Amino acid sequence: MKGYGKYFTKKIIWFFITLVAAIILNFALPRLMPGDPVAMIISRVAQNINDPAVLRQMYESYMQRFGLDRPVIEQFFIYVGNLLQGDLGLSFSRYPRPVSDIIAHALPWTIGLQLPAILVGWTLGNVLGALAAYIRKGFDKALMPIMLFMGGIPAFGMAIILLTVFSLNLGLFPIAGGFEQGLIPHMSWRFVFSIIQHYHLPFWSIVLISIGGQAIGMRSMSIYELNADYVKYSRYMGIKDRKIVGYVFRNAMLPQVTGLALSIGAMVGGALVAEIIFSYPGLGTTLLQAIREGDYPLLSGIALIITVMVLLAVFILDVIYGLIDPRVRAAQYEE
Amino acid sequence: MKNTLKQVFRSANFRIGFIIIVLILLLITIYPIFSPGNPLQMIGYDSFIPPGLYVSLYDSLDVPRIYTLRLEGADQIRIYAKLRPTDRELIRDWLLLYSEYNEVFELRKEDINLEDTEALLGLWWTYFDPEIRFENLTIAERRAFARLDTRIDGIFDLYDKYIWTYNPETGEQELVGSVTNLAYINVSDVTNVRLLPLGTDNFGRDMFKQLVSAITTSLAIGLIAGLIATMIGLVLGLLSGYLSGFVDDVIMFFTNLFTVIPGIVLLILISYSIGQEQRGPATVAIVIGLTSWVWTTRSVRAQVLSLRNRDHVNLSKLSGHSLPRIVIKDILPYIASYVVMAFILQVSSAILAEAGLSMLGLGPRTTETATLGLMMNWAMRYTAHLSGAWWAYYPVILVIALISFALNLINTGLDRVFNPQLRD
Repeated sequence: MKGYGKYFTKKIIWFFITLVAAIILNFALPRLMPGDPVAMIISRVAQNINDPAVLRQMYESYMQRFGLDRPVIEQFFIYVGNLLQGDLGLSFSRYPRPVSDIIAHALPWTIGLQLPAILVGWTLGNVLGALAAYIRKGFDKALMPIMLFMGGIPAFGMAIILLTVFSLNLGLFPIAGGFEQGLIPHMSWRFVFSIIQHYHLPFWSIVLISIGGQAIGMRSMSIYELNADYVKYSRYMGIKDRKIVGYVFRNAMLPQVTGLALSIGAMVGGALVAEIIFSYPGLGTTLLQAIREGDYPLLSGIALIITVMVLLAVFILDVIYGLIDPRVRAAQYEE
Repeated sequence: MKNTLKQVFRSANFRIGFIIIVLILLLITIYPIFSPGNPLQMIGYDSFIPPGLYVSLYDSLDVPRIYTLRLEGADQIRIYAKLRPTDRELIRDWLLLYSEYNEVFELRKEDINLEDTEALLGLWWTYFDPEIRFENLTIAERRAFARLDTRIDGIFDLYDKYIWTYNPETGEQELVGSVTNLAYINVSDVTNVRLLPLGTDNFGRDMFKQLVSAITTSLAIGLIAGLIATMIGLVLGLLSGYLSGFVDDVIMFFTNLFTVIPGIVLLILISYSIGQEQRGPATVAIVIGLTSWVWTTRSVRAQVLSLRNRDHVNLSKLSGHSLPRIVIKDILPYIASYVVMAFILQVSSAILAEAGLSMLGLGPRTTETATLGLMMNWAMRYTAHLSGAWWAYYPVILVIALISFALNLINTGLDRVFNPQLRD
């Protein structure tokens, strides 16, 4: 396991580098833009305030809060200092609620929705792709165009299709929200049932769009592996087909794990927009509200949390990859 | 070159994808010629007019000739159109409620035959009373009953309808004609007729025209973003793969960084900071292009790494050719197919990225142009799905999916030609 330790250390260092980079970007991007950011924020928030004295006061309080009158380096340390204390500022639109509090309420919904959905979509996609590669013929011919087409539908599009068909027309599922309106979140059968009812459509819309891309990737990898020399050699050796298929799919799976790590950012982004369609009480819907109401601190906080979530997911996938691919350990020994 | 094209066109996937794209291109070039004008012009006073052929009622009264046709079943169709199955159920619901409310009047669900129009209406006209307030009924439900009553009033009447006009000389209303229930006009006689293949959106704008214009803008955004991303990716990938060493390390550091930092977050932060006023379609395209070059960089670099030590490249080096010449003559032709494939994927993902951004309200500013994403955003913002206005969002989703599907088909077709191992 010595090789793995080395790999793990490398990955953990990389995780922190990316995290720091993400924080810098989150800090710097809005400040790189031309114009006075605080004036812009104020102008968006204060459309209904006409009293110049109040506006001036708001302006100064935000100038002070962001420390914009100080040098950039100092501003950055103020920002990081606040971050380390878990302080993401106060929300404009739900003043004076702290941003971290709003995010803490939305985050479990998003993770609870996206994590299982992406994993299920990934698994189903890989199984279908592998089957298409192995069976070929009619199955492959029918499945691949469907997968390609489904892969082309944006997440929110799939969400709208499911919503209109299953909820508005067939009336099988509720239209919006994460649980029945008027229910107070608590542990009871009624509440749990209501959550499950509201969970179905957002969940399946994410699953369905993840299947397409994964199936196509897995199919290509499997065909590639099925044509490899070791497969032919094993066949000549008289090894059973079943066993060979096992080897093939194990090898084809490995790039799919990396593929998931590389595409998880895009998947999360798509799923966030899908949340909006169902007004699911997660980060996506909160993000939309933040954008509509010009709530900059909330927007910035959500952007950071999404990045951290994705970076963590990539890190975990990297760690798993190191465990299941023996070549990773071997490579570390060679260095 | 000719041979490659021939090979590419032999792939069924490529052909289908190519045909879809060509059809879409034909549509967006030809349709505006036949239907000029501003696609965002608001023509409807109502929101979400359903698709159909719209005939001017005013002009219909002035047609040169009115025909008399005795069509079989016309009366039944007319009554049916006024009393749809949902209306019949509504009548039954009211009667059942009334039967609970009035102890003398007794009626069971089985007794009511929904198909028997006359009996059903007889019961309704005898017992319906808008003054009765049943318990557990919302205002909307009570109003639905009242509306139904107005709508079916005089449903069996076959009286002639009279047309009156204002006479400016006498200042009085004058009878100018009458219409029997057997009168027909030929639609081609009517001067003002407008086909709205996809109805209108919430602002009363012709959906089809808007969709055609949105496809044009979205494709342009995809192309610009794809070109920018491919150029950046190509240059960085070539530099990093060919030069190696420090340059490679720096470029790969940033490439790896932006591979894991989700592009949508960058898009959101940048688009928000730019502000609504400054965000035109071109700006959005540039921002998308600037945030999506990593994939091209990675694949170009990988290709260049495998090419760098080939004999023909070494020979070129030994012959003292300059770096640009080696790159252009000895490396670029070999990676061209990958670059084209990466470009196609960039275009398709840029169109999706624009749609996602616009859904979040961070797309191009909404006053001058329509894009596929903006159309979706409008449909959702004005809850087209709750009004049953499928024409406001399904066609847009279909178009996005079709473009993306076609580009992906083209790509898999190319992939099979340039990656012989995937061939059947």
